[in-house]
Amino acid sequence: MGSSKILYRAEPADQRLVEPLDMMTLIYQRRSGITHMVGEPVPQMLAAMGDDAVDAAILAKRLAKTFDLGGAADAVAVLSERLEELAELGLVERITDA
Amino acid sequence: MLEFRVQVGPAAFRIGSAWREPLAQMAELYRDYPQPEFTDFSVRLEPTGLLRRWLRPSVAICGDYMLPDAAPLPLAQGLLAAEMAMNLQMALGWRRHLLLHASAVERDGRVLVMTGQSGSGKSTLSALLGSRGWRFMGDEFVLLDPVSGDAVPFPRLISLKNSAIAAMQAVKPDGHFGPLLAGTPKGDIRHLVPPGDAIARMGQGGAPALLLFPRFGYPGEVREVAPGETFMRLTQASTNYVALGEAGFTTLTRFVRSVPSRAIDYQSGEEAVALVEQLWERLA
Repeated sequence: MGSSKILYRAEPADQRLVEPLDMMTLIYQRRSGITHMVGEPVPQMLAAMGDDAVDAAILAKRLAKTFDLGGAADAVAVLSERLEELAELGLVERITDA
Repeated sequence: MLEFRVQVGPAAFRIGSAWREPLAQMAELYRDYPQPEFTDFSVRLEPTGLLRRWLRPSVAICGDYMLPDAAPLPLAQGLLAAEMAMNLQMALGWRRHLLLHASAVERDGRVLVMTGQSGSGKSTLSALLGSRGWRFMGDEFVLLDPVSGDAVPFPRLISLKNSAIAAMQAVKPDGHFGPLLAGTPKGDIRHLVPPGDAIARMGQGGAPALLLFPRFGYPGEVREVAPGETFMRLTQASTNYVALGEAGFTTLTRFVRSVPSRAIDYQSGEEAVALVEQLWERLA
């Protein structure tokens, strides 16, 4: 776990409804009918992933263009954890290392 | 089995009973309501056992939607059993609107919604405002239309509990009250028929304009409630949010985005009415 080699792909954008509200963002997942209440950086991660299969390192590079992520190594570790959590929730799919 | 039918807002009920008395009380209290030909829900008040129709009669609540572990009530509380059963059908079975466990009143076509736990005073407050120039829309459920976003009335009998009974009798000495149901699982209960305009206009909804979270028994205070917190509290206050799926999500997010919300604490009905009027003037 925590390896940046694992690839993840976000569920297609048309499979979710996203509603930002003050301190949280609501994501309604059409497939499951579940409403997720998430905070930063989850909405930003999903937007940066687009339709691509990415690992935590690529995602960190993409996010670094818009956000100050601090130390690169730390950012990759944090994003790896978040990606695993999102995979558990079904908002991203874990793809076997190609 | 004896039968009584009643239309409350958009929902039509058929209430069957093994006993005459609860139906006679309902027919009297709901005498100004329409009696529908077709019904959405059936409710039955039945004896809990073969002899229980006559011997210490005990009422089991049956219907299209049932709670398996609902405790039976004594026959003297048959009216309460029928009201509880009607609420249960709505909570578990209604799909045409997003249901919020809340009370509502309307003025100038715009709606004030009040939600909170049992004992928050939302029911009494809606009854009080209903006698002060507002139109009473309901004290138990607010129905949100998924297409228009409007709040639709559900003006069933107002259910007054414990100290609220005397308080409303003082405000409306000529009100049409039901029998006193003493010693129910929720204490003393007495029903009050909503004002005439609430029944006559029960087909007319309105745009929600203000949401309040009242809390009775604390020094007067007003607190802003952020949309995220409002959303969370309203999903908890809704009985069919999950069942409605995407329609529930879009209806509730539209409500939360468009309606300002405040939490209010108060210690008397008069204080609450003054707070409501101030907030309505400023925010709605």
